[in-house]
Amino acid sequence: MIKVFLIALGRMVKGDTKFYAWLAFLFVVIGLGSNAYLNQLDKGLITTAMRDQVSWGFYISNFTFLVGVAAAAVLLVIPAYLYHFKPIKEIVLFGEMLAITAIIMCLLFIIADMGQPLRAWHLLPLLGTMNFPASILAWDVIALNGYLFINIALVVYTLSRLASGREYKLSLIFPLILLSIPWAVSIHTVTAFLYNGLSSRPFWNASILAPRFLASAFCSGPALMLILLQLIRKFSKIEIDNKAIFKIAELIAYTMAINLFLLGAEVFKEFYSGSVHKAPLEYLYLGLHGKSLLTPWMWTALLFNITAFVIFLVPKLRESFLTLNLGAALIIAGIYIEKGLGLVVPGFIPDTLGEIYEYWPTGSEGIITAAIWAAGALIYTLMVKFSIPLYTGELLDENKHSQIKA
Amino acid sequence: MSKEIEKASVDRRTFMKGIAAGLAGAVLPGGIAEAFDWDAFLQKHFKEMTDEEIKKVIERLEREAAFDWKKKIHIAATKALPNVKFGYGLDLSRCIGCRKCVHACVEENNQSRTPQVQWITVLRFKKGEKWIDLENSEKYYNPKEVPEKDFFYMPVQCQQCENPPCVKVCPTKATWKEPDGIVVVDYNWCIGCRYCMAACPYGARRFNWAKPSIPTQDLNPETHYLGNRPRYKGVVEKCTFCIQRTRTGKYPACVEICPVGARKFGNLLDPQSEIRYLIENKRVFRLKEDLNTEPKFYYFFAT
Repeated sequence: MIKVFLIALGRMVKGDTKFYAWLAFLFVVIGLGSNAYLNQLDKGLITTAMRDQVSWGFYISNFTFLVGVAAAAVLLVIPAYLYHFKPIKEIVLFGEMLAITAIIMCLLFIIADMGQPLRAWHLLPLLGTMNFPASILAWDVIALNGYLFINIALVVYTLSRLASGREYKLSLIFPLILLSIPWAVSIHTVTAFLYNGLSSRPFWNASILAPRFLASAFCSGPALMLILLQLIRKFSKIEIDNKAIFKIAELIAYTMAINLFLLGAEVFKEFYSGSVHKAPLEYLYLGLHGKSLLTPWMWTALLFNITAFVIFLVPKLRESFLTLNLGAALIIAGIYIEKGLGLVVPGFIPDTLGEIYEYWPTGSEGIITAAIWAAGALIYTLMVKFSIPLYTGELLDENKHSQIKA
Repeated sequence: MSKEIEKASVDRRTFMKGIAAGLAGAVLPGGIAEAFDWDAFLQKHFKEMTDEEIKKVIERLEREAAFDWKKKIHIAATKALPNVKFGYGLDLSRCIGCRKCVHACVEENNQSRTPQVQWITVLRFKKGEKWIDLENSEKYYNPKEVPEKDFFYMPVQCQQCENPPCVKVCPTKATWKEPDGIVVVDYNWCIGCRYCMAACPYGARRFNWAKPSIPTQDLNPETHYLGNRPRYKGVVEKCTFCIQRTRTGKYPACVEICPVGARKFGNLLDPQSEIRYLIENKRVFRLKEDLNTEPKFYYFFAT
């Protein structure tokens, strides 16, 4: 088995010109980002557009979006294991790897956002002084890392069974799979509570926040999965049933319906009651005191989400790959704007003393963010590349042949 | 601190040192790894240190400060006095919006001059307009003379909540409420996540977005560990009711400087104190009382 792993590891870094070009591109972006990060470390977070008024920005927005992506892996797990929906069962592995990648990216975004990253160990239980259970951030550290380990365990187990050519024993990992479902919901709930629990920020301090978080996560995560699965299918011998893809698309239609409904509920409550607490939502969709930097983005996001909803709702449209991919792209962009800029930033606008500071990320924040995405893409590419020959069984077959010859 | 806890934390320290040394050795070339300041990196949480350890840490911090700021400074660790809980009163009918308090605070508490950090924000409101949502306030007002005819002013700073949301959310316990009610930050323990800034309903917390800079001659050398000692890039700071002054019986700098006597300060546990008198006899209110943060900062109208 170890031998098979080593061979797979060797193949992981071998590929055609396109593959190397892709890796080179990722390394260039990572390099530029690392350079910008070193500069940020040296000068401080003043290199970002964040200030005391808007003290969290693009990094935390991306973090929030990615927690959603990670949580969404569970959307594949539920039908696969609980309802034994075969076509999806076969691709759960790639969902779990996406979860691992997303969580690693989350951790990178947190580190990028920290004023004193060398002191990160103060956060750890036992070594540091983790403020558990009072601080929801402490909960989040546990939830995210726990989820990371669960998914690593599932992936490692599945791969090692595949490498030794045996069917995996469901009875052995089923409890872990069962655990991963509420855990996935919990990482998102805890992350939502992180904002939700702050009475200082009326925009976040609304009970609808956690449900909205989950609903939008269950749109964007599977949408990303749809595109990744098609790519995997294109660049490898792995066969992924169209049925699985269309099923995921159907699920997205439901989650997007819920997402839009919850947004409507929030808009109604704020605007109809019309208390001073509607200010952040007003800032987002209409502009406030002549400041409206985010307004065009929010309307774009809404337009994207509604269009995508229609695409995924109509069977004909979601079962044609052209419109399916358009819909998936619209959802990813729509939720990225809505959950990123549209959720974290307006929590601070207007700030607690009524000031409106308009936040827009600097170039430095942009390139560091791009580098973390590139790092994620690199991790996912290599993980998939590593597991494909194991998954298809081709490596195992070759290995057997060579052993027989010897 | 009991022996057992002490032993545990020593083990923890050695353990961390081992891991860290291993990592650094693997990653960094020898020279850099050796130049790294292990004592600073491994410094413990203020409340986990014994008095002896605090003394040692302060000696090192004073050495570091002398090097960084080209000036000898003194860092005190004066403890809270028994039977004291500080409270603050601000007379809105007197405040003229001159912002002398803002600048006295900056000078006393060693806030960064570039970029500018100020712990007190004075809000200006147009008379006759709503002010509860603060959205119509102006903090960048710049008149030739104060007070201006059509305006009134409301200074805001840390409200030293009895139920501080910032303390609740801090993931590392780097900020806490002292026995005399002052909410403080350990600048050597704060990881700079800024969750406390999101949680504070009063916009009272400041982050060092860059390395703070203060001209050497302007640095106040009389400092307190939990108060006005020079800060670092990437950590949060806030008003401490001038802990370095008030724990030795002086008034906060903002109280002392106020030209119209709008600022009052005293011990809430002393029935004879001025602060108790005004709470009991004037019309007082606290900012955003609906949030149940229980500020120890009382706004009042004396006239």
